[in-house]
Amino acid sequence: MSADAENAEPRSEAEPLSGLQPGQRGKVLAVDVPGSMRGRVMEMGFTIGTVIEVVRFAPMGDPMELKVRGAHISLRKAEAAGIRVQRV
Amino acid sequence: MADPAQIFRRIAIAGNPNTGKSTIFNLLTGMRQKVGNYPGVTVEKKTGRFFGSHGEAMELLDLPGSYSLQVRSPDEAVSRDVLLGRVPGTPRPDAIIAVLDASNLDRHLYLVAQFLELDIPVIVALNMVDVAEKRGLTIDLLALKNSLGVPVIPMVASRGQGLIELKQALSRATLHVSECKAQLPIVLEREVAALSRTLKCHAGSVRPEAMLLLSLEDERLAAEVNGNPTLLAEVHAARERLRLSGLDPIAAPVDARYAWVSEVCASVVHRRGEDAHGLTFSDHVDQILTHKLWGWVAFVAMMALMFVCIFIVAQAPMDWIRDGMGALAKWAGAHMPEGDLRSLVVDGVIGGVGNVVVFLPQILILFFFLGLLEDSGYMARAAFIMDRMMSRVGLHGKSFVPLLSSFACAIPGIMATRTIENRNDRFVTILVAPLMSCSARLPVYAIMIALLMPASGVWSQAGVMLCMYLLGILAAFVMAGLLKKTLLRSETPMLLLELPPYRAPVVRGIVQRMWERAVVFIRRAGTVILALSIILWALLHYPKPATPEPTQSEILSHSIGGRMGHAIEPVIAPLGYDWKIGIGLVASFAAREVFVSTMGQIYNIEDAKEDNEDLRTQMRDERRADGTPVFTPLVCLSIMVFYVLAMQCISTVAIVRRETNSWRWPLFQIAYMTVLAWVGAFVVYQGGKLLGFQ
Repeated sequence: MSADAENAEPRSEAEPLSGLQPGQRGKVLAVDVPGSMRGRVMEMGFTIGTVIEVVRFAPMGDPMELKVRGAHISLRKAEAAGIRVQRV
Repeated sequence: MADPAQIFRRIAIAGNPNTGKSTIFNLLTGMRQKVGNYPGVTVEKKTGRFFGSHGEAMELLDLPGSYSLQVRSPDEAVSRDVLLGRVPGTPRPDAIIAVLDASNLDRHLYLVAQFLELDIPVIVALNMVDVAEKRGLTIDLLALKNSLGVPVIPMVASRGQGLIELKQALSRATLHVSECKAQLPIVLEREVAALSRTLKCHAGSVRPEAMLLLSLEDERLAAEVNGNPTLLAEVHAARERLRLSGLDPIAAPVDARYAWVSEVCASVVHRRGEDAHGLTFSDHVDQILTHKLWGWVAFVAMMALMFVCIFIVAQAPMDWIRDGMGALAKWAGAHMPEGDLRSLVVDGVIGGVGNVVVFLPQILILFFFLGLLEDSGYMARAAFIMDRMMSRVGLHGKSFVPLLSSFACAIPGIMATRTIENRNDRFVTILVAPLMSCSARLPVYAIMIALLMPASGVWSQAGVMLCMYLLGILAAFVMAGLLKKTLLRSETPMLLLELPPYRAPVVRGIVQRMWERAVVFIRRAGTVILALSIILWALLHYPKPATPEPTQSEILSHSIGGRMGHAIEPVIAPLGYDWKIGIGLVASFAAREVFVSTMGQIYNIEDAKEDNEDLRTQMRDERRADGTPVFTPLVCLSIMVFYVLAMQCISTVAIVRRETNSWRWPLFQIAYMTVLAWVGAFVVYQGGKLLGFQ
């Protein structure tokens, strides 16, 4: 892949964590979880700059299992959508 | 037991869930444990005594597992409040044992960072060092001790390793408060200091209190400083200043602590080889247990295995208990003079209590399985798999565990709702939990199924039983959905669920909890059920009819219980019940299993000949005035459906009252469940008759 192609498809763009596929990893840019759980989401390791790996989706497609700081945490897709990541 | 005044040190043991905290608690205290409650909440307060290496008496307090002092659930609130010295009757501990999972320091050190801010001496119990070792992690203990500034004890609690060293560390003459802490941004530090000056509380906990208030979300802050508008205004002003200086008051302390954690881990944890992304044992297991197809197969298989064990494995010990009770009744009958006292002892006490104690083996097996699922880590996977379905009715994957526990007994189920963060979701779960068929219904189902299909094999009987369980589940789901849309409206709650690594469960710990349950059950049989049995016996025997030499059924019909049964007959006749079943319904309002002992007492009275015929045969032979059998298949089904849906348990009412802190919810629960039960039984009986069944 040429440098131009990489620029044309910028990898640095923020995207929702819920859009990643199992095995893909992303670095947290922002945590926009509504309501009173925002602090707790961060405390579970979703801090800015942390790399998160999508492990799998539950048998019915939702929630998703994420690997954060060595721990496995499950979030629903709707909630994971509030976590913006940059693919790494 | 040592005099409380002579306790050398009060220690709290705390940590994230699934770190082996309870195992260490059990190791230290053995059987010297006491279970009580904190004032105002029903979170269990588990304390124990042990002796240090020089014989000093120590008191150990087992705090509920928590992820943070920034609490999200009633369970976590207790841990925080104890550590801040806020709980009346529980002194602020002299030291904290922080239990960490050595294979996941990255995450578990976060809570330690918060403990170090508390100005209480901390001792780190670094548990499961063997797992870390197997995963290729080497932890530099000396470096960890130096970066934390506290003693670090490597442990393998499941094998008892590290216990002596831990005791030695706890026995030191003085324990120091660590100087090491996560460095907060200076502006935040300044605000914390300013707010600390205005707070009035325990001197040592002023700073952490201020820290907690500053970084609380608005929704929770209002509840926390309830009734103190000045403080609320001050916190808001401080936050505004922080925001102006470019700091997010919620994120800043979290970021600061994790930055510190990462720094510590970088110098302490060394990975061997390249297997940083290698799959662990848990990953391999999860590839099957959370697989799109095999995940379901395993889930259904596990539930099926559990119920089959409850019915087949429990059979033999149940027969022993039944035979033993029978022999006891015979012996008492033979050694006592004829009369009311003999009847009270044989029919009332032995019969009443015996018919309930028989179910102990089934209850123990159920608790054993639940313990196994919980401790192995599978319960979280079940919540993960079930969340999609639960969220359809607006519930949480986390509601699955309380509901599953309610199959054993609604009381531990309702207590398990304390891990649910949102009040409305917690209440919905509490309100529907008793619809799950608890073990107290087993006796009713068992006898009704035996009457319904006496000749069928174990499997088809288990099939009918399964249908009853499914009916309860269905009712719970429908009701949860309705409640979420009406009385307890709220958004579908957020799921934030940890899937802990799989572990071999410590059977000793599970057996200990089973033992605790057994004691509770037997105590209940010896008190509540015994009392009810005696009252019931009296209700069924008095007042005596005036006629000389009354027949047994005249006695029954003339008694208060008989009259009550007659009184409610018009209400229950459409369900297919006669007045004798009515007595059973009235009597089992306090506890479902009493139905069986009531039936036992009723038919013992009726059955003048003192033979050994068991209750089932007596009930099968029971006839109405017109000679048709009372317990037709349809009546049996109708009774079972009634018991699936009805709220008949004084203990549950009491616990719901305590957990919801009002009489409103338990009364509402009784009302809706009774209506549901009547309608359900009516539909089964009348519908069945319309379809031409008997």
